[in-house]
Amino acid sequence: MRILLDKFSKSFGTTKVIEDLTLEVADGEMLALLGPSGCGKSTTLFAICGIHKVTGGRILFGDRDVTDLPSQARSVGVVFQSYALYPHMTVAENIAFPLQVKKVAPDQIKREVDAIAALVHIENLLGRRPAELSGGQQQRVALARALVRKPDVLLLDEPLANLDAKLRLEMRSEIRRIQLETGITAILVTHDQVEAMSMCDRIAIMNAGEIVQLATPTEMYHNPRTAFVAGFLGNPPIAFLRGTARDGGFALDNSDIRLPLPVGTLSPADGSKLTLGIRPEDFGPLGDIAIPGKVSFVETQGRENLYDVRLADGSVLRSIQPVRGDIAVGNEVAWSASGAKVMVFGENGARI
Amino acid sequence: MATQTQVSANFKSWPVILALAIVSLPLIVMYLYFFIDTITDSAPGSLIPNAITFRHWDFLWQARGNRPSIWPVALNTLVFATTVTIIVLLVSSTAGYVLSRLNVPGRGFFLAGVMVLHAFPSVTLIVAIFLVLQMVGLYNSLYGVILVKAALEMPLGIWLMKGFYDTVPWEIEMAGIADGASRFTVFRRLVLPQVRPALMALGLFAFLSSWSEYILPQVLAPGAKAQVLSVYLASLIADDNNFDLSLFKAVGVFYIIPVLILFLFFQKHLMNIYGGGSKG
Ligand SMILES: Nc1ncnc2c1ncn2[C@@H]1O[C@H](COP(=O)(O)OP(=O)(O)OP(=O)(O)O)[C@@H](O)[C@H]1O
Ligand SMILES: [Mg+2]
Repeated sequence: MRILLDKFSKSFGTTKVIEDLTLEVADGEMLALLGPSGCGKSTTLFAICGIHKVTGGRILFGDRDVTDLPSQARSVGVVFQSYALYPHMTVAENIAFPLQVKKVAPDQIKREVDAIAALVHIENLLGRRPAELSGGQQQRVALARALVRKPDVLLLDEPLANLDAKLRLEMRSEIRRIQLETGITAILVTHDQVEAMSMCDRIAIMNAGEIVQLATPTEMYHNPRTAFVAGFLGNPPIAFLRGTARDGGFALDNSDIRLPLPVGTLSPADGSKLTLGIRPEDFGPLGDIAIPGKVSFVETQGRENLYDVRLADGSVLRSIQPVRGDIAVGNEVAWSASGAKVMVFGENGARI
Repeated sequence: MATQTQVSANFKSWPVILALAIVSLPLIVMYLYFFIDTITDSAPGSLIPNAITFRHWDFLWQARGNRPSIWPVALNTLVFATTVTIIVLLVSSTAGYVLSRLNVPGRGFFLAGVMVLHAFPSVTLIVAIFLVLQMVGLYNSLYGVILVKAALEMPLGIWLMKGFYDTVPWEIEMAGIADGASRFTVFRRLVLPQVRPALMALGLFAFLSSWSEYILPQVLAPGAKAQVLSVYLASLIADDNNFDLSLFKAVGVFYIIPVLILFLFFQKHLMNIYGGGSKG
């Protein structure tokens, strides 16, 4: 079911958290709300599921205006960061609870609980209590409970934050599989860009209560609209060089390094402040913009090495390359950036 | 109890037990004679009983002199204690929830008020309560004492329950709401079970406290109709004409038996009070 937030605003007392946010999630789509801590992701999510009353704007599920409907009438499934399983009930009772509330017949409840348990692979855990489950299993139960009512919308608030690295990897693909199998419209709140990129059809990046950019993961990675978005996506993260526009080129601050601006950049006014963003994979031996520097750190990642290159002004560029033995800390290198991939941002952080 | 054996492995336990036994001997002797005296006769001045008898217990099947039979009095006590417990549980469980979770106007003031009420020595109120009861016509009736006792027990109960509700995670309620349950269903099926140990303990305390309450019934309902066991017991010693210490002891044993039984039953739950609050 399509979800539309139309000029949605939310404030707590006098603190405005969200103002005039408009966002559309297509039917069957999985959308990530990605942003730093405190930017209003959970607030948005709780407004959609009806736990928070909105202070302005509308929320539509399909064509139905649910703005003033209580949570119980909205048909949303929610998975909380802490899972919020009911500790005094067994797994089966936990999953059955939403159906019992709807007064579904007991034998049908049994059938549906079994079906959903099979979907999330917890058939053998139905008799246990939440305290007797591992984190990943609790996560699956929480998912099952959210899905058992066949809600129109599935909301996930940082569902993987409490899992260890390996489980996180596993549950990432599991949640995506379950979402695809059920075809449910889902919103995933996270501050982990890897989760957002790997699990979702589209990403909405939020900052300070606003959506900065809404795009597919690839589009957003290669075409960030602002320096904030560029800095948020990618691991290891993008490196920024600060400088000034001079004679149609880029003069690195506190040094005599001059770099040409990538072709196709509208030449900015002389003297205006610029920021260059260069991703680690776009900086290395091959490229057309030579940038001299000194290797200051080498991090071995197994298949690849990550090199930190310190430039004359003290700023650091990162380069990720296949493992090679000929570079050590302290070496002078003259690696280059590929001009077509370098991103130029103006003083306010917007892409030029 | 398994941990205790492990601990005692570090030192000899018998000296400790011996010391404890010596110290508590007077208490044990006291309780023992309390009971023995009710089923025996002994010569005046002697500690050794010389005959077994059940005549001290005859108050169970016959009223003595001008005193009422014990059974209506016992029933009064039971009704008194049970009703107070129910009222205290009902009010504390709901009021505590409201104070913990809902945004009521004057919440801080109310909380402070409850605290003060709890700390307030209630005996000082008794004259005022007496006057009020007389005015509304509840003087000398069990209802009046029930209301007063419940009101005095409530502040602690509300405060206690509020503390327990505070430990129940918000998300559980949010999840319940999102699962489609009404606020009330969430309260009854998701929140109440989490604070069950607290309810058990509170109920037991309220019951025991009412069961042993003396001042309130004595002052507010001294009449024969509303008499409770504590008052009945006191009237036994107050009676100078036919003073019977063995009868007094027998009634005393009769009075504490239900308490002992309750403790036997609820012991396990009481031990659990801080264990079951909110897990995972
Ligand atoms: N009940 C509330 N009363 C007042 N302010 C609140 C309330 N809930 C949230 N806020 C504020 O709203 C802002 C957004 O909070 P929100 O919980 O949506 O952040 P978030 O993006 O989910 O962060 P995180 O990633 O840390 O969970 C924060 O600055 C927070 O302090
Ligand atoms: Mg949050």
